[in-house]
This record gives sequence, C-alpha cells and structure tokens, in this order.
Amino acid sequence: MAGIEVSALHKRYPDGTIAVERVDLSIRDGELFVMLGPSGCGKTTTLRAIAGLERHTSGDIRIGSTLVNDLGPADRDIAMVFQFYALYPHLKTKDNLAFPLRAEGVPERQVRERVDEAARMMQLGPIMDRRPGRLSGGEQQRVALARALVRRPHAFLMDEPLTNLDAELRADMRTEIKHLQAQLGTTMVYVTHDQVEAMSLGNRIAILNKGRVEQVGTPLEVYDRPASLFCATFIGSPSMNLIDVEVADGALRAAGGLVLPAPPGLPRDRTLIAGVRPEALEVTAPGADGAVPARVVSAESLGDEIIYVVDHGGSRDLRVRTEPTVRYDLDAPIGLRHSGATTPVYDASTEELVA
Amino acid sequence: MAISSDSAVSGTVPDDPPLRRRRRGRGGAVVEVALLTVLAVGMLFPVLWIIQTSVKENRDVYAVPAKFFGFSMTLDHFRDVFVAPAGGASDLSAAFLNSVLVAGGSTVLATVLGVPAAWAYSRFNVRGKKDQLFFILSTRFMPPVVIVIPVFLMYRELSLINTHLGLILIYAAFNVSFTIWMVKGFVDEVPGEYEEAAMLDGYTRLQAFWRFTLPLLVPGIAATAVFALIFSWNEFVFAIFLTSSDDVRTAPPAIAGLIGGSTVDWGLVAASAVVYAIPVLVFAFLVRKHLIAGVTLGAVRR
Amino acid sequence: MASVRVEGLEKSFGSVRALNGVTLDVPDGSFFVVLGPSGAGKTTTLRAIAGLEKLDAGSVYLDGRDATGDAPAARDLAMVFQSYALYPRRSAAQNIAAPLRARKASAAEISAAVEKVAELLHIERLLQRRPAQLSGGEQQRVALARALVRRPHAFLMDEPLTNLDLKLRVEMRTELTRIHRSLGATFVYVTNDQVEALSMADQVAVLKGGQVQQVGSPTDVYERPANEWVAGFVGSPRISLLACHVDGDRLVGDQGWSLPRPHWTTAEHGRPLRLGLRAEDVSIERRGDATLPGELYGLEPLGDRTVVAVKVGKEILKVKARSHFTGTLGESLSVAVDLDRAHLFDAESGLALATTSG
Repeated sequence: MAGIEVSALHKRYPDGTIAVERVDLSIRDGELFVMLGPSGCGKTTTLRAIAGLERHTSGDIRIGSTLVNDLGPADRDIAMVFQFYALYPHLKTKDNLAFPLRAEGVPERQVRERVDEAARMMQLGPIMDRRPGRLSGGEQQRVALARALVRRPHAFLMDEPLTNLDAELRADMRTEIKHLQAQLGTTMVYVTHDQVEAMSLGNRIAILNKGRVEQVGTPLEVYDRPASLFCATFIGSPSMNLIDVEVADGALRAAGGLVLPAPPGLPRDRTLIAGVRPEALEVTAPGADGAVPARVVSAESLGDEIIYVVDHGGSRDLRVRTEPTVRYDLDAPIGLRHSGATTPVYDASTEELVA
Repeated sequence: MAISSDSAVSGTVPDDPPLRRRRRGRGGAVVEVALLTVLAVGMLFPVLWIIQTSVKENRDVYAVPAKFFGFSMTLDHFRDVFVAPAGGASDLSAAFLNSVLVAGGSTVLATVLGVPAAWAYSRFNVRGKKDQLFFILSTRFMPPVVIVIPVFLMYRELSLINTHLGLILIYAAFNVSFTIWMVKGFVDEVPGEYEEAAMLDGYTRLQAFWRFTLPLLVPGIAATAVFALIFSWNEFVFAIFLTSSDDVRTAPPAIAGLIGGSTVDWGLVAASAVVYAIPVLVFAFLVRKHLIAGVTLGAVRR
Repeated sequence: MASVRVEGLEKSFGSVRALNGVTLDVPDGSFFVVLGPSGAGKTTTLRAIAGLEKLDAGSVYLDGRDATGDAPAARDLAMVFQSYALYPRRSAAQNIAAPLRARKASAAEISAAVEKVAELLHIERLLQRRPAQLSGGEQQRVALARALVRRPHAFLMDEPLTNLDLKLRVEMRTELTRIHRSLGATFVYVTNDQVEALSMADQVAVLKGGQVQQVGSPTDVYERPANEWVAGFVGSPRISLLACHVDGDRLVGDQGWSLPRPHWTTAEHGRPLRLGLRAEDVSIERRGDATLPGELYGLEPLGDRTVVAVKVGKEILKVKARSHFTGTLGESLSVAVDLDRAHLFDAESGLALATTSG
C-alpha cells in the first residue's frame, strides 16, 4: 500500500514568503496524480516536501502508512525525476542506471538484472555505452526515467520532466510515461504548469493556486465543473467563456439575449457568471432557430477546427469552436446558439462555483 | 542515497538543510571555533605585529623579550611618515605621491584601452578570438620579474628609465590584459539585444553602445579598475629596477629602502606599511563582491 | 512587387549551417509567418532581413531595392525581440519614443505618436513605469508599441509570444491580428508554434535545417503538406504515419492491415510508402468500409475531445474521439479511415505523392 497522504502542509521561508499556504492531498496507491498550476503556486514546493528535499514548516506527510516528516529523502523509498535530468555527466548510461542500486549496496547480479529490465522498458539498448554529453534531450530524459525505474520505489515524483523537450518529443514521451505507469501500477506524482499535459496524463488532477488547492478531480470533472473561476480559465484552451448573467424567468439571461439553462438551487441576489466552453456554443446563419444576433470579430483557423471570436452584446467577446467547414467573414452578422447543456455558475465576488 | 545525490547534481539547494542523522552535539561546535581561532591568529599574526609596532614607543619596539601587551602607544611614527626630521614634507610623502600618480595613470590607460577591446571581443566573431583571448590572459601566467631585465634594457634605449611614464606604461601593459578579461565577462552579461534594438531604432552601433550598454557596465568597469589600481599600487619589482631617484620612486621601493644599514627605524617602517596598506584595504572592501568573480573568471558556466 | 524579398541566403556559424539557400517572397501588407523548430534558421533569416547578421551569400530586397549592404538603421524596419530588449534604465514612454528620438523627430511629434500607439495597445497608464516594474505581458506590449510607433517599411517579430503564459498568448494572438488588420502593414513573424502560424498567418513558410520546406496559406500547409516532415510539424496531435505499399487495388500495411487503395493516387505497386492520417480523419465511433484493426494503447482526455492512441501492430495511430470516450487498455478497436483526406508519402524521400483529381 503506497498511497501518499499530505495533511495541512504549510511552508514558510525564513524571509517570510509563504510558498504553500495549506495543501491537503489524498493520493491513491497506483494513481497517476498530477499537480497543476502557474509558476509560484506551490506545486513544486509540495513535491519537494514529499520527497524530503525541503523541510516543511508544519503539516504531515505519509507515504504508505509511514509518517515521513523526519525521514531523509533516501529513507522514503521514492524516486525523483527532475526537469533538468540530473544525469551524472561522467558516467555512461549503464552506470548512471546502476548508480542508485550500487549506492544502496544491492548485489551486482541483481543490479545488472534491474538495469537490463529498465533499459528494455525505456528502449535504451543502443545508448547504454554513451555518456550524457552525447545524448539528445529525449534520450537523456528516458535515461533519467529508467534510473528512477531501477529502484522500484513506492512512488515516482516527477518535477516537470518534459518541459525542456520540444513539442513533438513531449507528446510522444507523454504517451510513453502514461503507458508505463499504467503497466507498472506504481503511484506517480507529476508536477506541471501545462494544462494539456495534466489533462492527458492524470488519473486525477489537483489544481493549485497561490499555495492552496483549488480543486481535485478527474480531468473531465475538472473540465466540466471547475470549482472556481481560476480553474475555469486555467483548464482548456481557448479558455472557458465567462458570461455575466441574471436569473430571470427560470433561466440565465445574458445581455445581448443569450439564454442558458439555469441549474437548480441557484442563490438569489448575487451577481452571477456562467461558464460556457467554446464547444458548447454554435455559430449559425443570422436568424436561425434559437440563435441570438452576433457579429464575427475575428477567426482563427487551426486546421482541424476554427475558433471564432464573437461579439454578442455582452461585456466580453466569446470564443466559439466550430468545424473547419463552417466559414464566416469578419464583421459578418451571425447567429449565436447555446447547446443547452448545463453550465456551471459562479459567484462573481467569491469566484467560486455555486451551482 | 540516490535522492540526495540527485539533488546535489541538479544543483537545487534547499533553504533548511535536509534531514541528516545527528552525529555530533554542541561539543563539536566548540572545537570548530577553537581551531578556527588558532588558524586566524596564525595567519594574521604578521599583520597584527606590524600594526602594533607602528604604535609602539621605540623602546618597546626593540624590547627583548618582545612585548605583546602592556606597551604605551604613540603616534610619532605616523608623524615621521609624512614630516621630515628637519620639518617640511618627508621623502616618503613624495614617494606616496609618485605611487598615486603612477597607479592612477596606468589604471586610466588600461581601462580606456581595455574596455573597448573587451566589448569588441564580446560582441563580434573575430577570427581566432579564443586564441587571442588566451594569449592575452597568458601574459599573466608568468611572474612579472621574469622580464624585468629585457624591459630595463629596452627602457634604457628609449630613455624611459626613471620616468613616471615608463612605470605607467609597463603597469598599463600588465593591467590591460586583465581588464579585457574581466570587463568582457561583464559585457557578456549585458544582452547584445539592447544594442541591436537601438540600431533598428536608428542609432549607429557606437551610439548604441554609448547610450545603452555603457551605463550598465559602470559597476563592472569600476570593480575592474580597482583591481588594476591595487596591482599597480603594490608593484615592487619593476618599481625598484626602473626608478632610481627619489622624485620618481614609488612607495614600495621607498619603504623597502628604509630597511638596511646599521639601524632600522622599525617603527617608521611599520607605520609606512600601515599607511600604504590602508587605501588598498578600503578599495578591496568596496569591490569585495566582485573579488569572487575575478577569481573564478569564466570557470562557472551558466 | 514584394515588400520584403530574400534570395539564396546562406549563413554558417562555425561548422553549423544555419541558412542553406533560403528564398522568400513576402507580399506587401501580408502577415507572413516563418515557422520551424529551434535551429531551423528562422531567427537567422529575420536577423538577416534586419541587417543584424552578415550573410555568407544571398541578397535582401526591401521594396524592390537591394538593401543587402545597408546598416540596420538605414533599412527602415521595426523589430520586436523575443526578450523584448527594453532599455532597462528608461521608462516605457522613453522606450517607445526611442525610434523617433533616434531619427530626430520633434518633441511634439514624439509625444503625439507615443500617445497614439499607447492607446492602440491599452498601455496608457503604464507609460511612466520602468521595464522592471512591468509584468511579462505588459513588457511585451511596450516592445510592440516601440515597434509600432513609427510607420516603417515592415515589422519583424521574433517569437514575441513565447515567454507569455498560455492564456495571455491566446489573447495576444487576437490582438496582433487586429493590429495587423488596422495597420495594413507587412508583418514578418517568426515562431516555432504551429498553432500561432495557422491562426494568424496569411502565408506560412515552413523552415527546417536552414531550408524552406513549403510556402503557402495555412490551409495549403495543413491540408496539402509538401512532405512528411511538414505534415508532422503542422497540426496537433501530430499526424500518424503508417508504413505501407500499394498491392493491386489495396493499400497494404507493413503491420499486416489492408485498406482499399485511395482513388486519388497513382502510386506504383510495391513502392515503400507511408500513409499519413490526421487524428480528425480517423474515427472509432463512425463505421466505414475502410477500417484498421488495433488495440487501445492510451487515452488523453483533453476536455473537449479525447485523443485515443491505438496500437496497430507496432505503430501508433492517434484518433480524435468525443470528450467522454472511455475504454480499457488493450481492448480491441476498429478504426474507420476517411481515405479521401489521407496522405501518402514516399518512404525514402518523405515527399508527398501527387494526387490526381477525380
């Protein structure tokens, strides 16, 4: 059993900066758990506290059922992969992989077995005798991953390991890491600022902001019902449209005429904002059934889809996602229609989800 | 084990030290302090002795056994540094003035020549740049005393013996190589893009350098100039060989000249040394942050 | 007459060949994007146009005139650097005024122009601040303002959005397009982000290894890539490539699958090819007569869609599926292929095979 429990984690630096205000996480055994957030949100500090590389100011960390607060990184049975690979530059790949095991005093025959196994999993056969200086970024990252694998730890901790790779390699490595983790079944805690990476990798995602956890959920939970305006605009590209609405006649009405279904249990007398994803809107011919008049402000053609920026008479322009075959000119009058799906509604002042 | 090694290799430094098994208690700290004190006293002893000597009465200076404590203080020696026994300025004060002139002049010359060269090396792809820079640095590999005789012969031909100009030129020659190396490091830190942006805005390269880059280099140039000043100020070998008369001689040979003969006025020697050392200490304190940069020069890659 | 034209540019840095015969025609008033991975030579090309890089060979023409030997100041261009290059000791207003001050404009002209461009970019209240007191996005706007304050011959932009976070980048894309439209000026824009290229460009030039791979409209480059590499670089998720060859009226895959031969190709029997399939042109949910068998290798739920990685033999095929699609690893799947939208590439040269209409 190697789930990870973080309770009331708080980290304050000597100069007074608070890196982590309060973080509670319950990471399940065998889960690929992603911590996502902008720089400075506390995700890396939390990861390093779990690793034991930083002393947290207060709170408890449990790995498996062991309270690890006072244990050094070596005693926590975890392996970490860093953003900058941290490979020993003077060692060949095979020695880089063997190093952690030899350092622990593992018998040489076992060392060789485990090194071969990890090398096979990460397909390092052709580069076993090369030094990091002669490896490409992607190869170095695979070696770094293999080095974490050889230790067969209770959990993997990954600190933005793919950030330094170019886009092509990043996408491939993502698939590989996800597949590997599913195969091994080892708990993995992964930190990133890239929301696409978080969505595609995580079994569950924790969104952090300013040292606090704003939401924890599966990718789809976090996408369909973000817990706050921060989460709503952080996940998804283009980001969620925020529409000022008022409750009237059992529905949510926006300036400009757009009508959205009102979820039950809406609080009265509060300024509300409805969150509508770009794919929940539709661009139609003007005057189409159920469409409100609007105007095309600009269009971005992305190959497999088009994003229209539309002025519907509200305070903010809306972004609408359509098939590439739907083409309208700039400034053209169009109809704007909502799909009718339930929309999350937020309190404008607290910025939290209310329904 | 792998984790701590990993963190060391990745260069991340935690603010609070990571947990370590506690091996020694407070006793260890006391031993540490005691050892360091002994080391410090040993290393600083000559300096402490000179300072003491400079304020001791003559009878205490020559006392046997030597007196560390319980002596009476006097400022007579310091007075003697500047005032001749018969009244008027002493010979030493003339020597100090020569030092100021020579060190100042050579520093200005080295800076004026070195800064543009450093900038050119930093911004442009000169053919054989690495070799040229190495050659420039290599002039500092050998002890200057190695070329004293050839320089002496050369100066004799050029009538530069016993002139301020002669010393200024040779000191500048040594300082310019160091200036180029150190200032180039500072120029490397200022992105070339400011000059490029200025050129696109409509300025010439020189105008761009003057208006936008140079103001950012002032601290670095100042630190480098101070290093050059310190070298010239302390220089002894060339000063002794290339000057002979009191009106050109700088302070180091002048102070050394006090030693020798039947009796040595140690109090005066000590006081002169203290007076001469003070400007250097002040300057070194001003550039203390850059002392490390000067020593590691290019060894640390970002 | 082209606004900016470069011909046969060659430039090496030591043993590295940055530009290997680059020729580009930038039409007057267009938003021209130079797209490529890092090291492709796109920044070097831009700097050559600006006069910041001395060329080994080749010429730069501005408005028909040979400007190859001209100093940057004489070329009448404006540039936005990736690092913004704002003068740190000057206020935003002084930064913006710099191009006018360098050209000895009057104080009245300068303040009027600065005000106007500050309004255009919504930075009026930031004018007295120094760059260190501005956020990344604000610095970027000031850098843009400095470029826009004059009306130069053309605007050069070197990956200006790279240092911004995702949200800001998406916003600035729309801003830049708006500004381009209102000015009607020539923009030469360098980026390694294919989304930026597709969304903003009138014309895209795709560079790799110092050579131009293809020039065309975003639609051209996306739907009719000239070679395998361009097909893979443009479009996200990346196009899937499956090794195959023609056998009679079938297209047979090295991994053992078989599809009807697309009617638009005349590729000869046996020639090693690669079938290129974009994720949106294949489907797990739709039925079809052209299908590929495979097993579920991975799922990427992206919110508005799920990208399914399907293992076909030893190769991976990425498929776009609806947002709530689920499945179990290893389960057998049948992927329907829209052959009309597929691509065929020569396996050795990587070049796209010609399509016949009909």
